[in-house]
Amino acid sequence: MSEAPRGQVVRVKRRHAPLVVIEIDGEQVEAFAGESVLVAVLAHRPALRHLEFSGEPRAGFCLMGACQDCWVEIEGVGGARACTTPVSAGLRVSTGWPRFG
Amino acid sequence: MTTRLRTEVAIIGGGLMGSWTAYFLRRRGLSVALIDKGEIGAQSSGVNFGNLRLQGRHPGQIPLALRADAVWDRIVEHLGEACEFERGGHLYLAFDEAQMAKLGHMAEDMFRCGVPVKLLGAAGLRARWPWLGAGVAGASWSARDATANPRLVTPAVARAARRLGAEILSGTRVSAFAKDGERFRLATDRDLEIESDALVNTAGAWGPQIATVFGESAPVFAAGPPQFVTEPLPYFIGPSVQAADGRVIFRQVRRGNVVVAGYPRGASDPVANRAPVDPARTLAAMQSLVEAVPRLAGTSVIRVWSGIEGYLPDMLPVIGVSRTTRGLLHAFGFCGHGFQLGPGVGLTLAELLVDGGTSIPLSDFDIGRFAGEVAHDERLSREFDSASLAATGWSAAGKATLP
Amino acid sequence: MAEARRVLIVGAGPAGVAAAAVLAAHRQRPFLIDEGHAPGGQVYRRASAPVALDIKALFGSQVGKYERLHATFAGLAGSVEHRPRTLAWAVHERAVHTLAEGKAEVHPYDALILATGATDRLLPVPGWTLPGAYALGGAQTLLKDQGCLIGRRVVFCGSSPLLHLVALQYQAAGGEVAAVVDTTTTGAKLAAAPVLAANGFATLLRGLSYMAALRCKGVRIHHGTRLVAIEGETHVTGLRFRDRRGNEHRVEADAVAIGFGLRAETQLAELGGARLRYDSVFRQWLPDVDADGRCAPGLYAAGDGCAIGGADAAEESGQLAAYAALADLGIAAPNARMARLRAHVARLRRFQRGLAKAFDWPHSWPMDMPDQVILCRCENVTLGEVRATLREDIPPADVNRAKAFTRCGMGRCQGRFCGLALGELMAAETGTAHERTGWLRAQAPVKPVPVSTAFPS
Repeated sequence: MSEAPRGQVVRVKRRHAPLVVIEIDGEQVEAFAGESVLVAVLAHRPALRHLEFSGEPRAGFCLMGACQDCWVEIEGVGGARACTTPVSAGLRVSTGWPRFG
Repeated sequence: MTTRLRTEVAIIGGGLMGSWTAYFLRRRGLSVALIDKGEIGAQSSGVNFGNLRLQGRHPGQIPLALRADAVWDRIVEHLGEACEFERGGHLYLAFDEAQMAKLGHMAEDMFRCGVPVKLLGAAGLRARWPWLGAGVAGASWSARDATANPRLVTPAVARAARRLGAEILSGTRVSAFAKDGERFRLATDRDLEIESDALVNTAGAWGPQIATVFGESAPVFAAGPPQFVTEPLPYFIGPSVQAADGRVIFRQVRRGNVVVAGYPRGASDPVANRAPVDPARTLAAMQSLVEAVPRLAGTSVIRVWSGIEGYLPDMLPVIGVSRTTRGLLHAFGFCGHGFQLGPGVGLTLAELLVDGGTSIPLSDFDIGRFAGEVAHDERLSREFDSASLAATGWSAAGKATLP
Repeated sequence: MAEARRVLIVGAGPAGVAAAAVLAAHRQRPFLIDEGHAPGGQVYRRASAPVALDIKALFGSQVGKYERLHATFAGLAGSVEHRPRTLAWAVHERAVHTLAEGKAEVHPYDALILATGATDRLLPVPGWTLPGAYALGGAQTLLKDQGCLIGRRVVFCGSSPLLHLVALQYQAAGGEVAAVVDTTTTGAKLAAAPVLAANGFATLLRGLSYMAALRCKGVRIHHGTRLVAIEGETHVTGLRFRDRRGNEHRVEADAVAIGFGLRAETQLAELGGARLRYDSVFRQWLPDVDADGRCAPGLYAAGDGCAIGGADAAEESGQLAAYAALADLGIAAPNARMARLRAHVARLRRFQRGLAKAFDWPHSWPMDMPDQVILCRCENVTLGEVRATLREDIPPADVNRAKAFTRCGMGRCQGRFCGLALGELMAAETGTAHERTGWLRAQAPVKPVPVSTAFPS
């Protein structure tokens, strides 16, 4: 268990939506349209964002829009809460320190 | 059993003014009790915007402000901590020629008072702060202006005063006042009576309640600006910035959050101890913020607050000796501009009590000025919402009289 | 003709939907504001991701209630103005301020029913900010909402009626349950059994059946434990805990679900003028309501956001609040039915109070946790920083002052996940009653609002 997991969350239910291509920190990955950005990122990555004050990795916590620990940058939008934001084709998400548009 | 406390000076109101006064009185060797009905620095002293601004002040306040500025310069020596004090400078933004002309007049006033203020055109401004919005026509710049964290300052001052021997009595409400010969006797809601030679009223928005006991008053109206803060962002802003018409005021703290305020101010409730913020005002100030700094458009606001600040119709505080009662001093109603002045007020009140006089001109701030009609400051209609102004009872003719 | 009265409901879980149904039946046209994409709240949540979920398998014996809520709502089409994906971010002067798709709106009300629900109640534990550590209710939500698991091998820990249920749901969905590490002792549960049996026998049996099912599948269940740390450098690698006898154990896992019951969402009620009262069983501040949910003029609270009571109590308290609102608006409400509902809600809430006593809330733990443990996840404030401020001359007298001095509770979540623990830490460290440390006063926006929000001028 010592090496970093490929992704944190695991999809266990069949999707009935098309696979679309999104970009995470410039890397193209596939995700299902309509699932949450949190799932799309954490299915591939061990973390969603890095805490502004310590740089520590974070991957959300409450998963229901309350703890605000899953804010990511989405190009053209700005900050967005990953657990309540649905994925659409071409979405570009950054897990780093917020960049300005 | 009731405890009796004998002190040379009793100060009512443990905000910034009361705490600095306690500190400087102890430095001058007087015994002091600082009394507050609640917590030290919990009201407007603790929730204000945090500007330590010199430019744009009423010229009559500048001697006091410069005196305060010298203390702020040595904040660590005084308090043992910096409380996020930083000389980041202050910009007034003009969005049109008329505002720019006003800033020009202000800069001349400041120059005469010994505060250097530089005027900047749009090109010069954007060269230095490229993130400013396209609507900004020019600005005035005061490099000497500073900011500090208001949540931390007042408790730190009170701690410094206590280290010097001041008695800090929080959670203590004065329930009755008496002047017995040369002495003040204060009854409290605890088993504690306080006897003092002098009494200092630094009770902020609650100041008139104490003044009234001694037969004088000031038409204080409690209000506060809507304030809010964004999520933390990479540090980029630098100076403290204020639209000349007050529609938005902002600064970024080193941790990254952008602290924002914006006029109009709205009424707050000193009785229920509430300072509600109309969400529509927050939204309006957010829009003005994006106009001033377009790149903030993608960020979010995470917290809104206001405060219970004491305002007077001429937008000047009450500072000085009582007209009715020997040994009584007032310093309240700072009209949202008191944070910077705090140490200057403390030093000056200490002088009045110890030396019997001060070189700082205080006549503009005399409590007696409200005996007749007092002209309204032109900022009132601009910086306050009309509903809260109507609630003040100040006459519509632009004059205020005591009820 | 009388002017139409504006009745607003915030929250479309069992309480909000039940209130809407009552109002619609009385020819009102309630305005139902909800953050979710579809009604159901957390408990009867409908997946927002395009996933094929076996609702029967997921909801088990509760599937009937799930289906009934969604059928009720479908039947309200045309008689309820539903605003999904809409955040109610402030209540001010008898109007609710909302935000949806970047636009702000103001909705004045004659009556406002708040059915805002609850979130997981948490305590700081070393490592609880690591990727892979999730709130217990959140772990369940990820499954219901996204058809996903929080990890491949999950350890479930804490103390909650949900603990065994979610573990079982994960197991059924193909996840590996590393262990269930329950901090409650079997003795505590047994002691509360009579109250539970008297007020909700079926629910009690259901809870016992989850445990039996897990055991049957070979899952290790540890009772009466004490959590030591969620381990890992950059992500969760395991959980360390001590058993009843004090022996330390380690479970390998790549995810941890942790929770200690529920915490009511009370911010909007407070902004709307409700007083909060301290509840010594739940050790939290709840809106001070009468038997029908009234908490301020024109303001009503129902469901878990008013008093932790579970989904059934939420539904009936939602109906009750709707009847109370109708009565206050001068529309006759059925007295006998209200009396029955009152009695039933009271019984269900007694059951939950029994549960709250049975399931351990180890509120003094923060006191024994090391200084470097993060208390405020948003602002990165540690237990040590709060302790330092408590030792200062002129220390904070309540949680709001502690927040002002340390920034604990000042971040994006507004203290939802640290506020209770902050009060408990202050109480334990200074020897004062928890009640006296107060609650973090609500401030708008209750959730972040984009600076670029458009609003009607």
